[in-house]
Amino acid sequence: MSHDPAEMSEDDERAPPADRGRAEYASPHADQVLENVLENVLVFLTCRRDRNSVSLVCKSWCRAEALTRPELFIGNCYAVSPARATERFERVRSVALKGKPRFADFSLLPPDWGAHFAPWVSAMAGAYPGLEKVYLKRMSVTDEDLAVLARSFPRFKELALVCCEGFGTSGLAVVASHCRQLRVLDLIESEVTDDEVDWISCFPDGATSLESLIFDCVECPINFDALEKLVARSSSLKKLRLNIYVCIGQLYRLMIRAPQLTHLGTGSFSPSEIVQQGDQEPDYASAFAACRSLVCLSGFREIIPDYLPAIYPVCANLTSLNFSYANINAEQLRSVISRCHKLQIFWVLDSICDEGLQAVAATCKDLRELRVFPIDAMENNEGPVSDVGFLAIAEGCRKLQSILYFCQQMTNAAVIAMSNNCPDLVVFRLCIIPRYQADRITEEPMDEGFGAIVKNCKKLTRLAVSGLLTDRAFSYIGQYGKLVQTLSVAFNGDSDMGLKYVLEGCSSLQKLEIRDSPFGDSALLSGLHHYYNMRFLWMSSCRVTRRGCREIARQMPGLVVEVFSWNNNAQDRGEENDIVETLYMYRSLARRVDAPKYVEIL
Amino acid sequence: MEMERQNDLNLKATELRLGLPGSDEQPEKRNNKRASSEMDNSSDGEKGDQECAPPTKTQVVGWPPIRSYRKNVIHAKKTEADAAGMYVKVSMDGAPYLRKVDLKVYKSYPELLKALQNMFKCTIGVYSEREGYNGSEFAPTYEDKDGDWMLVGDVPWEMFSTSCKRLRIMKGSEAKGLGCL
Repeated sequence: MSHDPAEMSEDDERAPPADRGRAEYASPHADQVLENVLENVLVFLTCRRDRNSVSLVCKSWCRAEALTRPELFIGNCYAVSPARATERFERVRSVALKGKPRFADFSLLPPDWGAHFAPWVSAMAGAYPGLEKVYLKRMSVTDEDLAVLARSFPRFKELALVCCEGFGTSGLAVVASHCRQLRVLDLIESEVTDDEVDWISCFPDGATSLESLIFDCVECPINFDALEKLVARSSSLKKLRLNIYVCIGQLYRLMIRAPQLTHLGTGSFSPSEIVQQGDQEPDYASAFAACRSLVCLSGFREIIPDYLPAIYPVCANLTSLNFSYANINAEQLRSVISRCHKLQIFWVLDSICDEGLQAVAATCKDLRELRVFPIDAMENNEGPVSDVGFLAIAEGCRKLQSILYFCQQMTNAAVIAMSNNCPDLVVFRLCIIPRYQADRITEEPMDEGFGAIVKNCKKLTRLAVSGLLTDRAFSYIGQYGKLVQTLSVAFNGDSDMGLKYVLEGCSSLQKLEIRDSPFGDSALLSGLHHYYNMRFLWMSSCRVTRRGCREIARQMPGLVVEVFSWNNNAQDRGEENDIVETLYMYRSLARRVDAPKYVEIL
Repeated sequence: MEMERQNDLNLKATELRLGLPGSDEQPEKRNNKRASSEMDNSSDGEKGDQECAPPTKTQVVGWPPIRSYRKNVIHAKKTEADAAGMYVKVSMDGAPYLRKVDLKVYKSYPELLKALQNMFKCTIGVYSEREGYNGSEFAPTYEDKDGDWMLVGDVPWEMFSTSCKRLRIMKGSEAKGLGCL
């Protein structure tokens, strides 16, 4: 299943025709022919936006489009009820569902908030017997849900669970054993409980159709012998990402059985026991050399850098390298990265320091996406990477499209340089870890840097800001960020004006998440003209009051306005003038029926 | 100095401070970094403090925005270098994801319980030999080497920390049952 990030941004669920099947036809026969012709044409329409446009032409077209849409994308599982979605779209083979708001990843959403897969899988079990693919992100999935899925769809082929939780290895066992045509089982950054079930052994005997098996996030030991046999009988396997419990010796055994791999997650990349001098170890480099199609490498969960040379044979072909769990220094990185001329995607820990980033900039001229994660997440005066490494990247990697950069210090000059050198930037996420941190050298706010980004990067659709920012930064964003769809704000801004600039200026805004910023009711109410165009707005620890939120709810019945706090319970709702801890609101055709007690829907 | 201490004395409801609602921590002001002009006036007193005492590192929930999964893994790697930590999983009934704690970091039960209470935002209360954690909605339990589930606090700390395989914070009626044992 391809999930081009550009495609995943929005889906407008318009209302289905109210009277399908009961319309008056002037000439039924002719219309029927037209619909049949239309259906035959529409099957070629794959882009979601185009399909949404088609569905707006008239009822007949809406009907035809609904009958021919094979992939259903629901960007917010609470935007529409499962019943309504399955009623409108009858012949769906692939479903993508997104649940919790992104700030849930950072413990800002209390537990048991929702995004349950259960009502969806139950509706789909009835409506889509031919379902083949399911993609879930930030959903709450139970073992029972997986069992329903495994039993209800005989042609099921692809399951991807990204940032999900609520299930365990027993759920995986059911999927493995019942989905006989399974091609893809991708578990990405999900929390999987260890039920001590040997799920790897549950795949059916005989040749499998597996093309992708990704379980690097599964933090439980696995039956390696069973895995080795599984890989040996899966000749179509192209993507294999192992978890930390697979040591390098075991990795070797798997690689020699699967030289056709294109994507490999190496597991721990260290031996299971201490290796003595003179011990006979396999020729790891030859195993890598045999994988001539390898383009994407990740893992390295407990890397011992001595083993790094093993990957040299594949570096020249690598387009994607994920070192974000590898605690390596600049020197160790240099030996690898200097061979990676084709690299486009690079994730790494800041242990490589500014020097390491300079090495990246020197070699990876084709770099499109860079993510630099911090080893130490505390607010410090200094860190291993700074504006120096950032500037090196700006100067060396002119084709950069997406950056996520964590650092302790930054300068406007470096950010401005990137805005000038990297015109293709689509995603710009800079996280200066110390809150309210000013420019390291000039001690000015970071307004000009972020202003330059929105002004010069004409393709920018996603922006995350940080550091000391005044309302001026937001005036730039509102003025120049006409294509910005997603904006993340944290500990920034001076006053309501900041948010007003954004809501009034960013005409493409779809997702706005704000925390700990001084924006209140007046700013909130300035967005009324735009909220129906957005997927959601999140504001936590800001200055909006219950009264302001209620006013929004009153004026915009098409929004669900959720207000909650960690300590809230039904008896204790608070006064109208009280500041709400969290506001989460989104457009919706449905009312939530499963909200926990601490959520108040205004 | 006075102002600082007054803030600590729970005048939060009426205090005039620059903190934003919901954030309990003062933002760190570095000695050589000037905040915007509005902030300067009120923060002079704090600046003086900073110069005398080393700044304490405050921890804010969910900041920086790194997924807890990534934080756990990286933190685990860091302390590996120091000494083999004794990491055990902690689950709380009703919480969507598990956490991990390094038992070696704590020297006593009160320290551990305080950390758990912070981690899961719950109140476990005080242990008593007769009544366990009676009065609290939560009871901390652990699985020992034999696979049995025990109430945290019954055995000496050393014995506990070497035999504990995982922790579970029980909630609700199950927990109350334990308290009455």
